[in-house]
Amino acid sequence: MAMLSFEKKYRVRGGTLIGGDLFDFWMGPFYVGFFGVLTIFFAAFGTAMIVYAASQGPTWNIFQINIAPPDLKYGLGMAPLKEGGFWQVITVSAIGAFVSWALREVEICRKLGIGYHVPIAFSFAIGAYVTLVVIRPILLGAWGHGFPYGIISHLDWVSNVGYQYLHFHYNPAHMIAVSLFFTTTMALGLHGALVLSATNPQKGEPVKTAEHENSFFRDTIGYSIGTLGIHRLGLFLALGAVFFSAVCIVISGPLWTKGWPEWWNWWLDLPIWS
Amino acid sequence: MKYGLAFIAVIVGSLLTIAMMVHWERPPMASTQLGPRGVGMVWTQNPRTKAILKSKNIAPESDPPAQLSGIKVKDSPDYQNVKVLGDIDVEEFNRLMGAITNWIAPDEGCTYCHNPENMADDGLYTKVVARRMLQMTRQINTMWTPHVQQTGVTCYTCHRGNPVPANIWFKNDGPPHAEGMSASRQGEGLASKSVGMTSLPYDPFTTLLAKGAQIRVDGTTALPTDRPGASIHDTEVTYGLMIHMSEALGVNCTFCHNSRQFASWSESRPQRVPAWHGLRMVTDLNETFMASLQGTFPKNRLGPSGDVAKVNCATCHQGVNKPLYGVSMAKDYPELRIANP
Repeated sequence: MAMLSFEKKYRVRGGTLIGGDLFDFWMGPFYVGFFGVLTIFFAAFGTAMIVYAASQGPTWNIFQINIAPPDLKYGLGMAPLKEGGFWQVITVSAIGAFVSWALREVEICRKLGIGYHVPIAFSFAIGAYVTLVVIRPILLGAWGHGFPYGIISHLDWVSNVGYQYLHFHYNPAHMIAVSLFFTTTMALGLHGALVLSATNPQKGEPVKTAEHENSFFRDTIGYSIGTLGIHRLGLFLALGAVFFSAVCIVISGPLWTKGWPEWWNWWLDLPIWS
Repeated sequence: MKYGLAFIAVIVGSLLTIAMMVHWERPPMASTQLGPRGVGMVWTQNPRTKAILKSKNIAPESDPPAQLSGIKVKDSPDYQNVKVLGDIDVEEFNRLMGAITNWIAPDEGCTYCHNPENMADDGLYTKVVARRMLQMTRQINTMWTPHVQQTGVTCYTCHRGNPVPANIWFKNDGPPHAEGMSASRQGEGLASKSVGMTSLPYDPFTTLLAKGAQIRVDGTTALPTDRPGASIHDTEVTYGLMIHMSEALGVNCTFCHNSRQFASWSESRPQRVPAWHGLRMVTDLNETFMASLQGTFPKNRLGPSGDVAKVNCATCHQGVNKPLYGVSMAKDYPELRIANP
């Protein structure tokens, strides 16, 4: 396969975390590495398990396929395959695949001699998933607290778990997470609009540069975060959103069992005005 | 100056954080699965606060059964002006009177309702109220078995040793606010205990516990139709009532509902059936019994807008899904389980 002109620069040996030179090669444009092999293994095995588990269910409707965690009675033990065991095997495979992929990203970063921003960012997503299906279930004492694997069924789970705490919008971490998610999309919207405007000037005008972009935001809101800064801000907002959404679910149950609205009584009961 | 402000901010922030942190709970928790696996219908309780709640909801020992004398109250010349309990045995009557005193006015004693000079005298309003409440108790135990089943209720279910039950409600117009063209609060927007400290409408009872009130706010189609749906305000009033029910019973929404479709009976838990009857029961008790005492209560027992005290779910349940954890006191007081004529 033809190589891109700049590819030679980073197709270098070394930087592997495990396995030395054994898997240090490329297949076509793709770096393999030990963790690439591991990812392929977990992803293939996990997907096969999903398909097999789905075949034992009542439907092939992609929206309705549902692979549910075990009943609470199994606690933190293993459940029979068809009573939640599939969910457990798939969970292990998924974590294996996600973590392997993150470590493959680390190896690529090392080869390129760049920072670990990408694997760190991805690890926040993995962290949120692990919080939902491992950390919170362990804190509550049963794998049955994990969410089911299914397009519609996991949404039903989210809804019901929210209503376990009467009104989830009063969850303080949920408030922060939602704010950050919205801010992320707003920042991306502003940034995307700015880039598209600068690079698509009206006919006859030259493409604009970062100085124009800065001027635009300095004129409109009095401040421009800059070309590098917007990406740092984007990363911060996105990771903050993911982090606080993991927090908002892990505190629901392990650290709070009542309705979330009542949580704010600490504020209402402050000796200043109560 | 620069550091001074930062110093103050750190102090205030730390104090607020401490105030917040002492509030949290901790594992281990006890969870009960309420629905099929993976649906998220779970009831997670803190075993430590549950133990406290349990100790606050213990049914007192019943008095030993009465040694029947064979004489009915209405046939005994010693008992005059007995309008409700005339058909029971004199001994049962005395035992019940003693029990009522313990259940309702343990500190005040017999004279809370009775004129000691003439026990038959209806001069004290409390005696008139008590008579009506006996009829109400009988109504609950005989006409509302779809809600109270065979457990039944006694005076103690609500009163718990208080002359006025701790959990009652009055029509609530909210605090005074400006009139005219100023913005209306629409009966919501305050952290209110009646709706679990949410800012939902703080008096969902006046509308939804009224005769003939029905909750019809859930959409019946997946997508909107041309037919106008319920207003946001109506849905919030409903949400307020539902949170009241949850708080009153110490449960969460999934104790009765699958939130996938709240209205669907086939996806709901069977517990929703007695709850539905309970709403009708509360309406009946308020309309038939409490409202009839409007003129009997003195002013200081009425609400801010002059209405009589009314019952809701919390009046009996007091934070427990089965009042007094399902202990049937009524079975020891069969005279409370006779149908009103």
